[in-house]
Amino acid sequence: MSLEILVATILTIITAATPLVFAATGELITEKAGVLNLGVEGMMLTGAVTGFATVFFIDNAVLACLAAMAAGMLTALIFAFLVLGLQASQVATGLALTIFGIGLSALLGQNMVGIAYAGLPKLYIPFVSDLPVLGPLLFNHDALVYLSLALPLAVAWFLYRTRAGLILRAVGDSHDAAHAIGYPVIAIRYMATLFGGAMAGLAGAYLSLSYSPMWVENMSAGRGWIALALVVFGTWRPWRVFLGAYLFGGITILQLHAQAFGIAVASQFMSMLPYIATIVVLVLISRDPTRIRLNAPACIGKPFHPAA
Amino acid sequence: MLRLERRPQNSRTMMYLSPVFALALTLAAGVVLFSIMRVDPAEALYAFFIEPLTTTYGITELGVKATPLILIGVALAIGFRASVWNIGAEGQLTLGAIAGGGVGLALYEVEGFWVLPLMLAAAIAGGMAWAAIPAFLRTRFNANEILVSLMLTYVATLLLSYLVHGPWRDPGGFNFPESRVFHDAATLPIIVDGSRLHLGFALALFVVVATWVMISRTLIGFQVRVIGSAPRAGQYAGFSQNAIIWLTLLFGGACAGLAGVVEVAGPIGQLLPSISPGYGFTAIIVAFVGRLHPLGVLLAGLLMALSYLGGENAQISLNLPLAVTGVFQGLLLFMLLACDVLIRYRIRLRTRSAT
Amino acid sequence: MHKRAFIKVLSGTLAAAVLATGPVSAQDPTKVAFVYVGPVGDHGWTYRHDVGRKAVEAEFGDKVETTYVESVAEGADAERVIRNLASKGNDLVFTTSFGYMNPTAKVAKQFPDVKFEHATGYKQAANLATYSARFYEGRAVIGTIAGHMTKSGIIGYIGSFPIPEVVRGINAFTIAMRKVRPDAQVKVVWVNSWYDPGKEGDAAKALIDQGADIIAQHTDSPAPLQVAEQRGVYAFGQASDMRAFAPKAQLTAIVDEWNYYYVDRTRAVMEGTWQSQDVWLGLKEGMVEIAPYGDAVPEDVRAAADSVKQAIIDGSLHPFQGPIANQAGEVVVAEGETVSDKDLLGMNWYVEGVQGELPK
Repeated sequence: MSLEILVATILTIITAATPLVFAATGELITEKAGVLNLGVEGMMLTGAVTGFATVFFIDNAVLACLAAMAAGMLTALIFAFLVLGLQASQVATGLALTIFGIGLSALLGQNMVGIAYAGLPKLYIPFVSDLPVLGPLLFNHDALVYLSLALPLAVAWFLYRTRAGLILRAVGDSHDAAHAIGYPVIAIRYMATLFGGAMAGLAGAYLSLSYSPMWVENMSAGRGWIALALVVFGTWRPWRVFLGAYLFGGITILQLHAQAFGIAVASQFMSMLPYIATIVVLVLISRDPTRIRLNAPACIGKPFHPAA
Repeated sequence: MLRLERRPQNSRTMMYLSPVFALALTLAAGVVLFSIMRVDPAEALYAFFIEPLTTTYGITELGVKATPLILIGVALAIGFRASVWNIGAEGQLTLGAIAGGGVGLALYEVEGFWVLPLMLAAAIAGGMAWAAIPAFLRTRFNANEILVSLMLTYVATLLLSYLVHGPWRDPGGFNFPESRVFHDAATLPIIVDGSRLHLGFALALFVVVATWVMISRTLIGFQVRVIGSAPRAGQYAGFSQNAIIWLTLLFGGACAGLAGVVEVAGPIGQLLPSISPGYGFTAIIVAFVGRLHPLGVLLAGLLMALSYLGGENAQISLNLPLAVTGVFQGLLLFMLLACDVLIRYRIRLRTRSAT
Repeated sequence: MHKRAFIKVLSGTLAAAVLATGPVSAQDPTKVAFVYVGPVGDHGWTYRHDVGRKAVEAEFGDKVETTYVESVAEGADAERVIRNLASKGNDLVFTTSFGYMNPTAKVAKQFPDVKFEHATGYKQAANLATYSARFYEGRAVIGTIAGHMTKSGIIGYIGSFPIPEVVRGINAFTIAMRKVRPDAQVKVVWVNSWYDPGKEGDAAKALIDQGADIIAQHTDSPAPLQVAEQRGVYAFGQASDMRAFAPKAQLTAIVDEWNYYYVDRTRAVMEGTWQSQDVWLGLKEGMVEIAPYGDAVPEDVRAAADSVKQAIIDGSLHPFQGPIANQAGEVVVAEGETVSDKDLLGMNWYVEGVQGELPK
């Protein structure tokens, strides 16, 4: 494999992994606070259509990303109100949110089908972006890619180096204890859920503005589910989630390359590879139970009511 | 502001009333939604909830649509009670269809009363085998069953795709991706003449009752409940958590596998690249809307099926796009899940005097 | 009537202003229904059928009433939907995906007075016609263009699923391409989806990275064209003219054109002349169209493409005219022979020049 192909392949992997990084890291914060939101797919689609509509109507990429985040947050707010305000089942409400989001995005996007958009601008830095190999690899992406690289860093710092992060983890590990100390458990969970929604919305915006800049119904094609799996895969650690997204994206792309090389294996088996690889790696890293337990939020999915 | 106040004990009245409230709220939300869509709300609600049930055929179709949802929902509910998160029932359903359908194809044109039972048994075994993978990896290697069962769903779907695009194609079917149509001995008998309501519906009802007996009358049911609500207490009492994980996952796999074969040997009649529009996932909602109780799941499965039939009907009668159906279904589920809060809590207006 | 009474009560309680409106025209309109496999917003296969439905409405105005049901899964649901459409007084029902074949045939038996039309299948009855498009004729035209335009001699082809329809397209494309450029090769990548913009785009990138300088696709979304545009290579649109998504990269597109057929068949029902048939229509009848050429296509290539198109239309050229060699280089269709429609329908082998292997 020549250097040129290698660079190009890595670039493709980056774009395939970026939406997963956003959605999975957002969900990680949500889950760390003890809330399991299975509605990522629905929030992503709502974000995707909102982002695309914004660019279509006011042609401003920054506003489009913000609008997508806001849309993700709004759908997350419905979820949060139901599970935190009204104690509804998190698993079921999340799935209902997916059904709702798929329908809502299709409804909002009815008149957006068939419209083209050039895609987010790449950040071009004079001189550096023109460097061979390093230039395309490091200095020629759109802003969202850089944001997705910074996100795990920021989230890791927040969770393990700040007091707020400590409180968030405490709420997810033992809501009763956190409540007894006087932390506003419900308010913190609201915020964590909204953050998850915003990141899912941003992942959607990446899909409809950069990855394949257009709107078609159901365009996330199951990536919200992969993001959910990656949080578990990464054992609730931001960097492992990030690596998981690149592993998954990487194998997806490599199997396409293998097909183009003409490997004589039925394509269905090639397409299975990312899923099987994820399971195998999870088994390898899960074998030490103590390490997993320390990371998994103990109260995940459990309702909390501050009854005296 | 509203405030939730915990009831000293669950309200029996509200157990029955909360779905009524939810339905009323959904109707109200529907009026708003359909008015925005410039459709007469009364006609739309009629098309959704009443019209599908105005014919015998419609009622039998409700049973056909609800069968896989009930079968899988009941089994998943047991797992969820024990906090075992099998969200890969879709994959187990697919494996059931592959195993059961595979037997049907292998015995093509073989007559005998035993063909169908053999297919059902193979499907149950297939579903269980697929569920055994997350069970084994969880109990042996501590690998999270959410991830494993979900990823295996994709693998199962691709495996089915490979089979019907390749070795299992109908030899007389111009290489199109579908298997032979199962012969009569490999097809489920119809239980209402002139309809598609098949034996699978009766099987689903049987599973509901059997599960109900199991959880309320046997030690296993008790163990599931204890492990689910207080794992440590369960361990002190000598219940094995691993055994519960195996048990609930295998039961889920068995029922999902059964659901898979009753779909292909019932209304579909052959193996196709896609045999389930996400029943394995929808059944998760059905389990919770049914409050994880077998009878509740039965009702929730029927209601969910009705909302699908209603959505189709609204497209046919009123030209409402499918997207509206999705939004309306989402609203219905939100309301049903939200109103259950009334069982355990009172809603009070927040007063300033306290604290 | 029970239904009206119910609605009145409901209307009253809900204080809804609008009352149910019934048809008032003296003559009942002809009712035509469509069953779609995807959402109308897919901008691909289903979208084009819905364009055809709208053409029927535009043509006949209030003399016709159309209905559609979208995203109907090819499983247990299809039969119920088709049956409901038939029982609700539709005169003509189009079922627009191969997977609806058996359910359509079953319902057609139960409703002898309703006319059914099934796309891309092979089962007919007195009230069940089948129709399909010879998209491979269009593939021969774009293959010709690709043969002229490729520099690297490698064409990337994105496939959905390995079914005869797609294999036929790959072969027709390859045969036409190698008539112009005998050493050119086609690399095929299957994405196992009709419809996943992200993955289709990734497949296009992988193919371009491996040297393809032209991308052809048999999947629904414009994503591969967008990738081609970004990477500065050429591509062909699918189902619709997708020029808006790739103004420089799109050389042309194969357009699914169902309008005339749907209008004709609806008219036949209105006039009482509808008869069951099995048609496979192509460039000649206008069911397959070639979109306007992109600016990048030079005059001589346009002329070459036009002459292939014209030859197919007037019958002097068949895209599967011998000699045709298989991947092993053995001539399987002798000079002077053409592949029969029946063999085309079930085609599951690659011609020489296609890389990769088909699952058996």
